[in-house]
Amino acid sequence: MPAVSKGDGMRGLAVFISDIRNCKSKEAEIKRINKELANIRSKFKGDKALDGYSKKKYVCKLLFIFLLGHDIDFGHMEAVNLLSSNKYTEKQIGYLFISVLVNSNSELIRLINNAIKNDLSSRNPTFMCLALHCIANVGSREMAEAFAGEIPRILVAGDTMDSVKQSAALCLLRLYKTSPDLVLMGEWTSRVVHLLNDQHMGVVTAAISLITCLSQKNPDEFKTCVSLAVSRLSRIVSSASTDLQDYTYYFVPAPWLSCKLLRLLQCYPPPEDGAVKGRLVECLETILNKAQEPPKSKKVQHSNAKNAILFEAISLIIHYDSEPNLLVRACNQLGQFLQHRETNLRYLALESMCTLASSEFSHEAVKTHIETVINALKTERDVSVRQRAADLLYAMCDRSNAKQIVAEMLSYLETADYSIREEMVLKVAILAEKYAVDYSWYVDTILNLIRIAGDYVSEEVWYRVIQIVINRDDVQGYAAKTVFEALQAPACHENMVKVGGYILGEFGNLIAGDPRSSPLVQFNLLHSKFHLCSVPTRALLLSAYIKFINLFPETKSTIQEVLRSDSQIRNSDVELQQRAVEYLKLSSIASTDVLATVLEEMPPFPERESSILAKLKKKKGPGAVSVNELEEGKREGGELNGGGERGGDSSSTPSPSADLLGLRAGPPVTAAAPSAGSLLVDVFSEAGVNDDGFLSEFSRFVCKNNGVLFENQLLQIGIKSEYRQNLGRMYLFYGNKTSVQFVTFTTTLNVQAKPVEPLIEGGAQVQQVINIECLTDFSDAPLLNIKFRYGGALQNLTLKLPVTINKFFQPTEMASHDFFQRWKQLSLPQQEAQKIFKANHAMDTEVLKAKLLGLGMALLENVDPNPENFVCAGVIQTKAQQVGSLLRLEPNAQAQMYRLTVRSSKDTVSKRLCELLAEQF
Amino acid sequence: MQFMLLFSRQGKLRLQKWYVPLSDKEKKKITRELVQTVLARKPKMCSFLEWRDLKIVYKRYASLYFCCAIEDQDNELITLEIIHRYVELLDKYFGSVCELDIIFNFEKAYFILDEFLLGGEAQETSKKNVLKAIEQADLLQENNNTSCSMGLLLS
Repeated sequence: MPAVSKGDGMRGLAVFISDIRNCKSKEAEIKRINKELANIRSKFKGDKALDGYSKKKYVCKLLFIFLLGHDIDFGHMEAVNLLSSNKYTEKQIGYLFISVLVNSNSELIRLINNAIKNDLSSRNPTFMCLALHCIANVGSREMAEAFAGEIPRILVAGDTMDSVKQSAALCLLRLYKTSPDLVLMGEWTSRVVHLLNDQHMGVVTAAISLITCLSQKNPDEFKTCVSLAVSRLSRIVSSASTDLQDYTYYFVPAPWLSCKLLRLLQCYPPPEDGAVKGRLVECLETILNKAQEPPKSKKVQHSNAKNAILFEAISLIIHYDSEPNLLVRACNQLGQFLQHRETNLRYLALESMCTLASSEFSHEAVKTHIETVINALKTERDVSVRQRAADLLYAMCDRSNAKQIVAEMLSYLETADYSIREEMVLKVAILAEKYAVDYSWYVDTILNLIRIAGDYVSEEVWYRVIQIVINRDDVQGYAAKTVFEALQAPACHENMVKVGGYILGEFGNLIAGDPRSSPLVQFNLLHSKFHLCSVPTRALLLSAYIKFINLFPETKSTIQEVLRSDSQIRNSDVELQQRAVEYLKLSSIASTDVLATVLEEMPPFPERESSILAKLKKKKGPGAVSVNELEEGKREGGELNGGGERGGDSSSTPSPSADLLGLRAGPPVTAAAPSAGSLLVDVFSEAGVNDDGFLSEFSRFVCKNNGVLFENQLLQIGIKSEYRQNLGRMYLFYGNKTSVQFVTFTTTLNVQAKPVEPLIEGGAQVQQVINIECLTDFSDAPLLNIKFRYGGALQNLTLKLPVTINKFFQPTEMASHDFFQRWKQLSLPQQEAQKIFKANHAMDTEVLKAKLLGLGMALLENVDPNPENFVCAGVIQTKAQQVGSLLRLEPNAQAQMYRLTVRSSKDTVSKRLCELLAEQF
Repeated sequence: MQFMLLFSRQGKLRLQKWYVPLSDKEKKKITRELVQTVLARKPKMCSFLEWRDLKIVYKRYASLYFCCAIEDQDNELITLEIIHRYVELLDKYFGSVCELDIIFNFEKAYFILDEFLLGGEAQETSKKNVLKAIEQADLLQENNNTSCSMGLLLS
């Protein structure tokens, strides 16, 4: 390699960088930088016009300073000036500065876009590439607006240079990621797909990333890529290592492209065409075979590239989950890697096997590696590998090996890294519950969990053990005995005290026969922990005490004395004080019968998915955000039931749902609530805004005004609505389907609404009226949030009210001539919205007519020359303006497709109407 | 790929490339956190780790760490080879590249990266083609060499 010019003569820059490197301290560095900044500023401000070279040098210095981590607040204009230089290196530095330091200063963006536009139309491939790189690096919405239309043209044009095509493809990908609504492939789709056939491997490599991303979002439009991808892959896999020249990497032909092809295929189900499928299976087999061949090179790059393809192929095999043969081969291959000397391969094998474990075809094959995986958990020196081993053990666990795996995980937990303890605890808890054959094993496991890693045992875990003990009477005695023994330890975790307090409060009687655990011994044991505990735990213990008074009358005087002591009855914490006062009063005035009713054993919890599972799912979900939401939800619930419940629902009301173990928002509330929502977690996961399931409900109301908007086991919401001009009135009917009353029932609308009755009796219905005025056109439906308490549990749901823009249509009758005249008047591209879509329902003319009428427009007969087509006209009435709209629906019975075109005087209205209607037919 | 960072054993950032929009504050936070995490790892440990909801792939060459953040469905091993190919490109271009080359010619390091990866995806994997593009640009430039005297990245 010749000594290439490195730095093109910017001596000043090199000197400056040396100076910075020679600075002995941070202060010296800052001083030097400030000096330089002052110098550059004066140069930029000076009267003398700077030549391109100096400008480039200073801009480059600013960039260097920025990359050192300092703020730069000037120089942008000079950088933009460089863009229009006709010296390549000046332009290049200008673009680099913009790419790294762009801010959304709108004035500048306009100038930058101008420069980019010039370079894109320059027909000079190096300039075009620079401009495309800049767009891809910045990827802002403004740039998408300016160039998303132009770039597809460059990408598919026959005379575009290969290097420009490559940049254009990835540039488009970046714009699609930031502004998918602006990148419309439309007519280019098939030509873009056919880039997979391009002779230039570099073009294919770049284009396939774009195609993969587009396929994920629009699989149907791009599905022709499957057969193209298979034949391309097959050609690469069967080629000799020298065939592809510079695209061969350490004797592996085109590893990057191969991986991307296999990745693209994972966007689709197995090919339906037998020949294509056969060819693909052959490829996958060849890849698996190659893994067994001796390496062509000892270099790690060779084996990495080869194995990268192998792992991607295994991902595809797992994705298809339909070829038992390949699945088992994949599993055996990964099994070999589990003992490989390369840590990286062990890590990836553990990770990949995790997904294999969930396939019915390979689950058993994965299980045969249990000893190796347990060994990895014990001996791997790298925590990230141990984490993978723990994940795999969790995934391969079933009834046959649960005891072994849980035991290993528990013993690992004693020394586990802090970073993974919480997740490990959740996993152990879930496995213990899921595969518990005898529940005494389950109870032992959870108590061990609290003993070993109490700090990491979240509320969900100990709530769950209580739920299970309450629901299974065969384990209650054992649980009481075990927890009593666990509490004997001199130091035990607060979570143990909580579980102990709750369980002994409920089932202490089951072990009271043994003099070693007589009622008084039990009470003293619990009370010996009292002063070490936090307020919520103390509150729970007080509730356990009152339960003791009911279970064991002989403890009454002792407990009353405790309650009466100043530290309880005058406690500065209002919650504790109130409990002490109320429990004391209750125990002294209520008859034994009343006491027995009020303090009855908790009824069983309804069976449902484990709340811990929900928690783990959330943990594994997109980051920790959802868990935060969860916490927020809890707080909200706590506030909400604060005032209302206190008055209405005091602790001594013997209603079946009264929650005796905890009055308010403390943890026991949720634990004890016997309602359907045994835990708030679950309520949220089920009743939150469920867009998927709900979308259809919402869209059913586009063409009709009355019906049932929502229904679950508790609640039914019906709707009646009427519209005139820009006004509407909506009646909402809330029906309580249960026999228990809903309390603190509130609804909030993100627009004004009349309040609704706060209480709905069991089986009753209340009505709410909403008056609607359409001020201007809109796309988002108003959201209705409904909260109420059923039993003890807060229910929270959010629904979209089916108020759509078309409700404000006034039908307009017109003749054929008028229609087409207006159609032509609305000819600006943005005034039209068009969608082509598959028929979701039978294409019945009468049904179509009824739907279009329901839409609110006038259905015009004898207007369209083709009698199969439908045309409609109407005016949307809003307070701000009237929006005339025309519609044309062209059914194609043969293809079972529709083309829908909407034109209106306002672009947002056309777009929205088109979206709404496309879901209707 | 979401971003790529090059930093020295002392934790000095030498190159940063972001393929997702983030604020400067967020970028600094991520950099600080990752540099710390990666530097704390021992030599024989595996090159991959989970971090937030991303996968980190890193490799050390002489005094420099190359560190990429990829998404869940991305391939770790091929990313490792992306890093290697980039190092090869630098090596070929500078002629036995070392950390100082990247410090003094940071703009070149960016240009080479842009030819190789764009928007976080491989644009051109052929070493010949990437270097050809860069050399074409260099034909328009004057000569001026800076010497360097530190450990070579590829040895």
